[in-house]
Amino acid sequence: MMRFLLLFSRQGKLRLQKWFTPISEREKKKIIRDMTSMVLARQPRSCNFLHWKDLKIIYKRYASLYFCLAIENQENELLALEVIHRYVELLDKYFGNVCELDIIFNFEKAYFILDEFLMGGEIQETSKQMVNRSIEASDMLQETMEEYMSKPAF
Amino acid sequence: MSPSVPLQEMIRAIRSARTQCEERGVIQRECAAIRAQFRQSDNGGRSHNLAKLLYVHMLGYPAHFGQMECVRMIASPRYSEKRVGYLGAMMLLDEKQDASLLITNSIKNDLSHSNQYVQSLALCTLACMGSAEMCRDLAPEIDRLLRASNSYIKKKAALCAVHIVRKVHDLGELFTPAARSLLAEKNHGVLHGAVVLITELCERNQETLERFRKVPGTVPDLVQIMKGLVISGYSPEHDVAGISDPFLQVRILRLLRILGRNNEGASDAMNDLLAQVATNTDSTKTVGNAVLYETVLTVLHIKSESGLRVLAVNILGRFLLNNDRNIRYIAMISLQKIVGTDHNAVQRHRGTIVDCLKDQDASVKRRALDLSLALVSASNVRSMMKELLLFLSSCPPELRAQAASGIFNAAERYAPSQRWHIDTILHVLTTAGGDVRDETVPNLIQLITNASELHCYTVHKLYRALLTDISQQSLVQVACWCIGEYGDLLLRGECQETEPVQVTEDDVLDALETVLQSHMSSPATRGFALTATMKLSTRITDNVDRIRSIVSIYGSCIDVELQQRAVEYNALFRKYDHMRFVLKMQSSVFCSGSNRQVSPLVFLPQVCDLLDLLGGSEVTLQPIPAVGGTAPGLFTNTSSTTGGDLLDLLGGLEPAPPELSYLIFSAAPTVQVYEKAGVALTLSCEKQSDSGLTVTLTASNSTDSDISSFTLQAAVPKVCLINRANSSCFTQSKSFFRLQVNLKMRIRISYSSQGSAFQDTVQIDSFPGLSAAGH
Repeated sequence: MMRFLLLFSRQGKLRLQKWFTPISEREKKKIIRDMTSMVLARQPRSCNFLHWKDLKIIYKRYASLYFCLAIENQENELLALEVIHRYVELLDKYFGNVCELDIIFNFEKAYFILDEFLMGGEIQETSKQMVNRSIEASDMLQETMEEYMSKPAF
Repeated sequence: MSPSVPLQEMIRAIRSARTQCEERGVIQRECAAIRAQFRQSDNGGRSHNLAKLLYVHMLGYPAHFGQMECVRMIASPRYSEKRVGYLGAMMLLDEKQDASLLITNSIKNDLSHSNQYVQSLALCTLACMGSAEMCRDLAPEIDRLLRASNSYIKKKAALCAVHIVRKVHDLGELFTPAARSLLAEKNHGVLHGAVVLITELCERNQETLERFRKVPGTVPDLVQIMKGLVISGYSPEHDVAGISDPFLQVRILRLLRILGRNNEGASDAMNDLLAQVATNTDSTKTVGNAVLYETVLTVLHIKSESGLRVLAVNILGRFLLNNDRNIRYIAMISLQKIVGTDHNAVQRHRGTIVDCLKDQDASVKRRALDLSLALVSASNVRSMMKELLLFLSSCPPELRAQAASGIFNAAERYAPSQRWHIDTILHVLTTAGGDVRDETVPNLIQLITNASELHCYTVHKLYRALLTDISQQSLVQVACWCIGEYGDLLLRGECQETEPVQVTEDDVLDALETVLQSHMSSPATRGFALTATMKLSTRITDNVDRIRSIVSIYGSCIDVELQQRAVEYNALFRKYDHMRFVLKMQSSVFCSGSNRQVSPLVFLPQVCDLLDLLGGSEVTLQPIPAVGGTAPGLFTNTSSTTGGDLLDLLGGLEPAPPELSYLIFSAAPTVQVYEKAGVALTLSCEKQSDSGLTVTLTASNSTDSDISSFTLQAAVPKVCLINRANSSCFTQSKSFFRLQVNLKMRIRISYSSQGSAFQDTVQIDSFPGLSAAGH
């Protein structure tokens, strides 16, 4: 299973954190520090795989954001790269040419999309269209509810 | 969906803060406002407030006061509030927080909500942070959803079940029937979830694994599904670069691996499929390689037929040649795992692996090093070692220690000749001397001593290395030892194996002095150099005064260790000049801490002269002619022994502190003469000449505690002469005897261990290597 997913900028600022196991706040902060320093120290054209404690760390840089995924030892690293790529594609489809600012200002949407794609450390849906449709439907539900609630009752 | 304006405004405000302090100020104000809002009753902006808090939390600020708000929002009937509430629960609550229990009821209600998106929120949250109690409470609900709901919910319920099984292993039983039936679904999401669930169940429980193996059709079903994915037409919904649903394919392959492990029947059923996937999968993109990689792992872990195994190893070989660094890295990791079992297959790719040692990437280099070391064998050791030594000279510093120790191990196991072995070790010490382990020095010394025909060659080589570079401590230590030991060979000049070079005594002493004075030398190295200088005093003729002056300088050295030695050596020069030849100078290895049996160094003593009994001032001593080494001189004693059978030990030299141990180990036949309570005394004799015999006594402590105040007294019949050399840490002592009659010896040892004193006497009547007449 996947243990955590972190998104951080080139300056090391955290943009998204998803933890799939229960970890204390202090431990989380330490892991974030370790990951950012490890990944940001990597040379540009090096291998995308790292070893950290008993986990494999897969990282990939997209524009100004680093996507860092920690998987257990029996998982497939190449597939983890595909998982990261799939998430980026989903974000891209949703926001339309996604950039870091989109994720900053709409972080809760990024989480909603992630929660339609991954769950409990495993992949939930392998079809891009299905995930997009679910997100759209949820958004629609939210809007209609809001509209409904905010309309004056006649 | 309309963005949350209050949230975005706050984010903008935080981002525009120019300093950390300013940012903190903004956040404090915002948090205060949020707290105030939380206290108010229901207003339209609750979800925005919580969202703001979650943002603040992500920046690293405390947000625990939002936990109760999450609980309230989850219970709200509004979807927007539920959504943010559940998100908040996943971010702020975990099973360690008490508040998490409060949402169990809400989750339970939402699991049966009419709207599937609400259900999905509950399922997602449960799978993310559900504690064991929550899981136990809600497991039946999940099982119900696994069986009767739409595919959207089923796939989520499956992953929720996976989480439950991880938290509460016993509940696996509950989900097994449903899991099995899910394999018949068509929806890829559900299938994926089902495969993950079955994998989890099989990994946890051996019985469940057997059940899935036995149930007719699990393996064939999976094979069928895979075939459908691999062969059938293009499915745009799940296609990734021409591979149909690679995520599902990889999961199925992993499940097949588990089912086929150690099971002939299951393995047979999947052989064809694996061959098909291995040959048909397009490997131009990463995604294809991901599937191939999983296939290779499966083939190598089940009981596959040999043709398939060869195919798998060949795929890995192809990976090694791939331009993509990631693929090369993966290939090497996999080859590392099978190098033990399929050694020959991996050997075929040795050339490529060795080439990867030159890769730019540190991870690839590390893998290539591990693999190369594993591939060294008796037949390829020379060529492999050449490559490894080349690698060592240019490898990144974090890999040096590993490479050096790997090279040593390989050299030890497969060295084709002693000279090659010594050359290799010297090469490593020259390139990476700072990264080798501490045992290398004594090991190397032992090796050199054993290779007696190479002494001349070795000492020449080491001397040359010393002249070039004195920064590598291990190398310098070994070189000093060698020069001290075989200095006469060095001075003699000729050597069969290397070009002859004229080395004068001054040159050698210059080299040793440079080491002594250099700031790069560690205290241990200085010790070696000082001892070597002292040893040379018996091997050279002209420059004894120079040695004397060097040694006396260090009598006032700050380093206690060196000072001790220098003082003792000085004493030798002054009072016991004749004894210098007898004192077998040997290399010093510092005991680390406890006085346990230290690994002995092989040392061939150079017999010089026999000496008089020493017992204080009444002994008149005659100086030995300085013969430099071989002919024994005779000596007469005019004094009597001091009382009894026990003789006074050497006066001037105090027993050295435990850190200073001069280790001697004689290669002659040994016999154990005493053994009690873990303290053992072994004795060996070496007949050096007609009238000279060297007896070596080695004491050792095999108990767990330290032994202190160890003294050893030896007495022989009056016609024999004893000279006892320096006693030091209890490990050894030495005596020399001139024999005229049957040699008997009485030894008294006393020591204290664990607070109590022990004393014992041993009589030795027969000496190994001697005839009964004692000659």
